[in-house]
Formats: sequence, C-alpha cells, structure tokens
Amino acid sequence: MDSVLVAATVGKILFVLVVVLTLSPVLVWADRRQSAMIQDRVGPNRAGIPIGGFNLTLAGLLHPLADALKFMWKEDFIPPKADKLLHALAPIVSVIPTIAAFAVIPFGDVIWLDHLGEVLPASPSGRGIPFQVASLNIGVLYVFAVSGMGVVGAAIAGYCSDNKYSLLGGLRAAGQMVSYEVTLGLSLVGCFMLYNSLLLEDMVSWQIDRGILGWGIWRQPVAFILFYAGSIAETKRIPFDIPEGESELAGGYFTEYSGMKFGMFMMGEYIAMVVSCALLTCIFFGGWDVPFLARDGIHFSLLGHTYFEHTMAHWAVSVIYIASFLAKTVVLLWLTLMIRWSLPRFRYDQVMKMCWRYMLPLSLLNIFVTGMVILFSGS
Amino acid sequence: MAKLISRPNMTAAEAMYVPEIAKGLGITIGRFFKNTFSSRGTEGNEIDTIDYPEERRTYPERFRGIHRLTHRADGSPRCVACLCCSTACPAQCIHIEAAEYPQGDARHGYERFPKVFVIDELRCIFCGFCVEACPCDAIRMDSGLHMPPSTQRAHFIFDKEMLMAIPAADGSFETKNPRHEPGDPTHPGVDREHHH
Repeated sequence: MDSVLVAATVGKILFVLVVVLTLSPVLVWADRRQSAMIQDRVGPNRAGIPIGGFNLTLAGLLHPLADALKFMWKEDFIPPKADKLLHALAPIVSVIPTIAAFAVIPFGDVIWLDHLGEVLPASPSGRGIPFQVASLNIGVLYVFAVSGMGVVGAAIAGYCSDNKYSLLGGLRAAGQMVSYEVTLGLSLVGCFMLYNSLLLEDMVSWQIDRGILGWGIWRQPVAFILFYAGSIAETKRIPFDIPEGESELAGGYFTEYSGMKFGMFMMGEYIAMVVSCALLTCIFFGGWDVPFLARDGIHFSLLGHTYFEHTMAHWAVSVIYIASFLAKTVVLLWLTLMIRWSLPRFRYDQVMKMCWRYMLPLSLLNIFVTGMVILFSGS
Repeated sequence: MAKLISRPNMTAAEAMYVPEIAKGLGITIGRFFKNTFSSRGTEGNEIDTIDYPEERRTYPERFRGIHRLTHRADGSPRCVACLCCSTACPAQCIHIEAAEYPQGDARHGYERFPKVFVIDELRCIFCGFCVEACPCDAIRMDSGLHMPPSTQRAHFIFDKEMLMAIPAADGSFETKNPRHEPGDPTHPGVDREHHH
C-alpha cells in the first residue's frame, strides 16, 4: 500500500461518511415535509437560528438539528432489570453494519489520476482508482451479509429491554427480516445470471455497455419490484413497520430506548434506506450511467446516426458520473418516502404470507424464466 | 352473534397489488407536486393552514369577543347602571355600583351612571346574554378580540376604564344605534319638563 492509495481510500471513506451522515438528517426532513405536502399540511418549518432579527429556518431543515440536540440532552433511561451491556450494544449493532454496507457500493467510475485534466484515452495508463471504498470479490453478497446484521441489533434490543412490547417487537423484527432476506437474495439471482457477476461495478458496466435500454429495470422488472418491496421490508418502514407497531406495540423493540440511543435506531433506519436505494441504483438503474455520456464526452447518437459529439475532460465526466449516481439515489429515496406515505400497514400474518407465499415463489420463478431466456438466447 | 363479512371480490389486477399501489402513488404524487410547486393561497394549492401568530383569521362579524362599554357623543358611558346585564348574567361575572350624576348635570335625577363596572373575563362564559339584556346598547361584544392569554388572574378583571378603552372591530367607541339625549328634539319620550 503506497501513500497515494492510502490517501485515496481515506478520501473515499470520508466521502461515503459525509454523504451518508448528511443524507440521514435530510431524509428526516424530507420525510416530514413530504408527508405534509401529500396531506395538505405545512409541516415543521419553525426551528431556526435568529440572525440579526431574521430567523434562519431553511424551510425546516434545522428541525433534525434541533432533534439531535434534544437527543443528546435527554435522559438516557435504562430499565432497572434490563441487561445494561446489551442495551447499550443494540443501537451500535444496528447502525454500524448499515454504514459498513457502503464499502462495496461504487459511486462513480474508475478515476485515472494521470488523465484528470485531459480527455480520457481509449486505453488509459497509470494509476486508476475505483470510486468505491473496497472492491470485494463477493460483491453484493457482502451487502447482504452486513445488512443482515441489522436484525441482530433489533432482536437484542427487544430481548434485553425487560419489556414485553420490546420482546414482541424484537421477535417480529427477527421473523420479518430473516424472511425477507431470503426473498431479497433470491430476487437478485436473476440479475447475477444476467450480469454474470456479483460485483456491483461489473453490473454497472454491463448496463452501461447496453445503453439506457440495458438498465436492469427493463431487463429484470419482476426482480426490481421484488427487491424494492423486500428492501422496504428490510428497513422496517411502512407498509412493513410491524416490528415498531406504534399502535399495538408502543414502539416495538425500541420502546425502552430514549435519547441518542433511540436516535441511533432512527439513524440506522434512514441509513438502511440509503443503502437499499444505492443498491437499487447500481443494479437496476445503471449506477452512474448517464445516457449518451461516454467516458470521453457526449455522443448523442440514435439508430446508428450521430447527431452531436462533444469531448469532455476526465475530471468533468467523473464529477457528472458521481452526481448522476447520487441524483438517482435521491430520486429513489423520494419514491420510497412516497410509498411510505401512500400505503397503510400490513397485518403481521399478511407480511409473512406475502413473503413466503407470493414473493418467494415469484423470485424462484424469475430465476427459472431468466435461466430459460439466457439458455435459449445464448447471451 | 358474529357477523359474517363477505370477502371483497377483487379482480386479478387488484389482487396483484402492484397496479393498485401505482394508482395510489399517482394520487399522492399528484398532491405532492400540486402543493410543493405552488405557493400557498394560490389556485391549485390545497394547504389551508394559517401561520397563526403572524397571520390571523378575522373573526366573523357576529363573533362574541371581549366586552366593551359604548360611549355617548361626549365620551361618557351610555350605561345607565340599570343592572339588567348583571341580572341576566348566568355566570354572575358583572359587578356594577350605580351612582347619581352630580347636581346641575342635565341627567341628574333622570338617569344614573355606573361608578364601578367590573367584568371578570375568566368567569364570563361569553354567552352574550348581557348584550341582549341591555336596554341602552351600552355593553357590546363586537370588539372582534378574544381574551388574550395571561398567567395572572388580575389581568382578567376588566374595570370600567378598561372596558371603555376597547374599541369595536371597526375602531369606533360608539354604536350605530343613535342615542337621543333628553332635551334633544329627536328625543321620543318624556323628559323632566313634560313629565311634571
């Protein structure tokens, strides 16, 4: 490991942390304001910093900041008969793996340090740095492995709180998340067969090679719907928020949590949303792909005829790629919030029935059909 | 007896759930864009919220607000201390002490005035019976104001000066009903000269 590589890795880790840790409070804000817009309300817009007689509110963006301050100053209540170690460990276990899942997500194409200021040649030389923290050869399986840890956090939070509501919430969380992880993994098998790789960067370049019609959502629409539904279930959000169950479980597995520990559960939920939307972007929406933007500039061509061409420097293309990835992720997050505010909650038996009776057979069928198509088309 | 509820007959598209979600999303997304990309109060925006302390809804014309004692043309109270209002008051929140106008005043011996007129606005139930009972249009609830909040009971005891300092919603201290003082050519009834 030489110093450039270390510096690049540290930079990428910082980038991921900044993106994730700023997106989660912004998501809290978006959740509140977006629901308000849907329901003909105004939403929180009061918290502000008074600057010279003017109240700086940023359309309510400071409310998450006020929340964070309140979380820190609140009493950190631990039930007298609770397991103190596990009680403190549970929120950590539910947050850290979700952040760690970002390690394999590629935010942009390989950056060639020697060609930053010029148009990228067809076969670039020198040092190329992939814009992802770690390129593991198990790829997306790593994401499943670490985000599967999230269930441990919810389960031990429910177990250690010495509260029946928490215990029921923890049980429900464990049951639901383990069930949906099966569907989540199987729904993507069709994609693995199609892309012929487990690496997210390979999946993205497969889609880029085939243009906008090669995006996974057109090639694997059933897998998209199954994976999207499964990932909402994994993040425990409405319509799958059975483990929290405000109306019957008084908050579910985090009933006994207050202050920043509760804040960490909330943050974990939002970060898990960002992870699943970033994954969806990689697998189904071409990752950082921008239609008609190649690595050396814009090639606007349709049906074999080129209408417009413009070469661009490597740094500019790289910045557009990263911005494109983030934009796609944000649009998907918006859609996820939209779904959360449109649908009512399922009953517990409906959640389980939907997973085992409908989604699991459908994902198996999807694997079968994809296999047949690949076998007979020979591609 | 248990009541049997028949299962809804769903079409295949409804049972598949996904098209129905898309339909529902269409409604919520439409609402979202409608409300997000139009300013409040304009056509197409459905948010009816009023930002309370900065924006206030004007009360309807006949809203019963806090009381005021109306003035005569010379600024003295129209009230003749007949005690009709305090008698009518179901909450017994009006306290009046009557007094004679001084010797030499045209009204002396003809009508009295309230030396003390106190309303306990905390006791008041804002029923408006006092306004209806008043034969002189001297007490009205047309100020258009609700009682401002306070943590001190003393702030809710309104004396005569306070009640006379509250204008109507239109800003005037008098009323639209004309007052015919004794001696005026328009005075319809008896006065001291004709009475005796």
